[in-house]
Amino acid sequence: MSAIESRPAAAGSPAAAGAAGRAEAAGPRGRRRGRLNRARLSEWAWGYVMIAPLFVGLALFYLWPIVQSAYFSFTEWGAFGGQEWVGFKNYSNFLSDPQLPRATWNTVKYALIILAGIPLSIVFAALLNQVHGKYASLYRILYFLPVVSMPAAVAMVWRWLYNGDYGLINYLLSLVGIHGPHWVSDARYTVWALGVVGIWSSLGYNMIIFAAGLKNIPRQYYEASALDGAGRVRQFFSITLPLLSPSIFFVSVLSVIAGLQMFDLVLMMLGKANPALADSKTIAYLFYEDAFLTNNQGLAAAIAVVLTLVLLALTAIQFRLQKRWVHYG
Amino acid sequence: MFRKVLVVAGAGALALAATGCSSSKSSSSSSAGKTESGPVTLTYGIWDAKQKPAMQQMADAFHAAHPNITVDVQVTPNADYWTKLQTAAASGTAPDVFWMSTTRIGLYAGQKQLMPLSDKPGFDNSPFPKSLNDVYTLDGKQYGMPKDFDTVGLFYNKKLFDAAGVKYPDATWTWQNVIDAAQKLNDPGKGVWGIASPDWTQENLFNTMLQAGGYAISPDHKKSGFDDPKSIAGLQYALDFVTKYKVSPTAQQMTDTQPDQLFASGKVAMFTDGDYDLPEYKAAAGLDADVAPLPAGPDGKRATVINGLGNVIYAKTKHPEAAWEWVKYLGTKEANEIQAKTGTVIPAYNGLAADWVAATPQYHLQVFIDQLKDAVPYPVSKNTAAWSKPMQDTLDQIWGGKIDLQTGAKQIADQMNAALAKE
Repeated sequence: MSAIESRPAAAGSPAAAGAAGRAEAAGPRGRRRGRLNRARLSEWAWGYVMIAPLFVGLALFYLWPIVQSAYFSFTEWGAFGGQEWVGFKNYSNFLSDPQLPRATWNTVKYALIILAGIPLSIVFAALLNQVHGKYASLYRILYFLPVVSMPAAVAMVWRWLYNGDYGLINYLLSLVGIHGPHWVSDARYTVWALGVVGIWSSLGYNMIIFAAGLKNIPRQYYEASALDGAGRVRQFFSITLPLLSPSIFFVSVLSVIAGLQMFDLVLMMLGKANPALADSKTIAYLFYEDAFLTNNQGLAAAIAVVLTLVLLALTAIQFRLQKRWVHYG
Repeated sequence: MFRKVLVVAGAGALALAATGCSSSKSSSSSSAGKTESGPVTLTYGIWDAKQKPAMQQMADAFHAAHPNITVDVQVTPNADYWTKLQTAAASGTAPDVFWMSTTRIGLYAGQKQLMPLSDKPGFDNSPFPKSLNDVYTLDGKQYGMPKDFDTVGLFYNKKLFDAAGVKYPDATWTWQNVIDAAQKLNDPGKGVWGIASPDWTQENLFNTMLQAGGYAISPDHKKSGFDDPKSIAGLQYALDFVTKYKVSPTAQQMTDTQPDQLFASGKVAMFTDGDYDLPEYKAAAGLDADVAPLPAGPDGKRATVINGLGNVIYAKTKHPEAAWEWVKYLGTKEANEIQAKTGTVIPAYNGLAADWVAATPQYHLQVFIDQLKDAVPYPVSKNTAAWSKPMQDTLDQIWGGKIDLQTGAKQIADQMNAALAKE
């Protein structure tokens, strides 16, 4: 069910909204004429029937849970169900949690690391754009593989690579005389170690978007600028970057959302018993602890609501700022 | 031909006897009131896939004696078991019968999620050790049928002991012997540690606190023992291996590679661990190890925590009578014998431990049974989960060197006492 629903939800919802808009626009006009003809009515009905599978699924599995979560954030839960209205207590508990500043800082740091990975994706996408022939698809597969790998498997492999005593990374470092640290159990390194895995696993997806963006830039611009004497560097900054800016904007919005929701790598790579965990928690990890480890669902719902509002605000700001630097066509 | 007929007739007679037996049982329970006619399928929730074959064998034997009742054994991995169970219990859909741990019994029984067993017809807890019955008893009612038990022993790597010329541990050993041996065995050049002393509670700290004369929780479950100077001495002993003598891997190292993995791969000479990790060591290639009793504390006090699982009935089960028949069967000698012969868990039923010991002759497993006389119940209260998580988090901080032991122990005691006061 959810697999069927999620596809049109991601790609087709603007179209669905458009159809609904047209139907409504037709409504008053029909009424102005004084009567609803039968054909138009059945057209409406069919329109709603067509979007029903999407809308019912969306409402049932996305919208209703969102409403419920917002309600639960004002309640306190018993161990085996039953809610009690407690007003803003969960919110004040969350905002006064001594772990919050550290978790916020870790979350922001992680999101910034992921954002810093975007230039890397652009460089790789530009390089990949130069590769032609039979190796092109091989490279694409290699870079895209992390995106389709199971996060749990990815985390297990990286955990071993990062192992302080027996890991491959520290072994390679030892060959050049560096005594590597405990990457995933020393709080000074954990966020960076996780950030590297985050960049590594999102690189392929970002590259696909940038590769598509690069292909859309007309060759004539490069030819014309070459005639005017622009070098490769000048071309990159004056043509490629500005015309790639819609893709960069899209990827950075997604990256901020993904970065602020950072959770799975903390759980899978650090684990629940880790001396570095207390200093490496993210906001989404606090949510997990309250929802599933200490069974404090009301507080967890409050965290989710706050995180959603913060994400909405940040995305809105990004959309406002895009006018200054994003060039469409 | 004649013989074949005889066999068939015999089987038929057996089946008749079996149905006769079960029908007499159901008629006896019909006097109690509602009785289900027709076949019943019970769900049985467990968390250890390694034990499933034994559980299935018990379910099949039970079904043969009660053809009307089929038991569906459902495994949920340990990591998700409690999350899933709590959600299912909240929505009224938990399994009819499931495994319970000592750390959760207070919560589940206290919140009326379990059916008391002690007022059921034919209830008999006399074949089980008192300590196991006690942990599943709340306000005078027993909610869990003891399934198995575990204690902790001192595992040691014979090859490393021989190489260092150190005598094997035995029942005369005290803390000082362990410290001396660990220092002799420790060989950083070869990547060998004398001992692994993690901040694990059941396998390490709860025991050392007891051996020092301290305690994790007071016997009435009202007060934390973490700020007791003797408890702190027990914690200090375990921590000293890491920070003072430096003969144990650090907290970081034991996070990157679990201490049981280090022991199994021959990197660690000694490790205190529960009998439940035995299958891992038996399967480890090239590991030549054995087990000794835990050492005595400075005043000669010996102690190990004892823990064990129980079988419980969900309060909202639709088949209370069939569920009780199944749990009653799980408490029989027959069912426990099946557990012993799997060789992985010590059955709770008195007198069957020898079968379990005999299943692994290369280890002196009798150690785990003999320590029963020094066994102290695993520290729990009505809502253990409320303080056990902050406790472990703080221990992680102490072992990681973020806070010192005195401050951390006081912090744990304060958090625990605050949680206990709410019960």
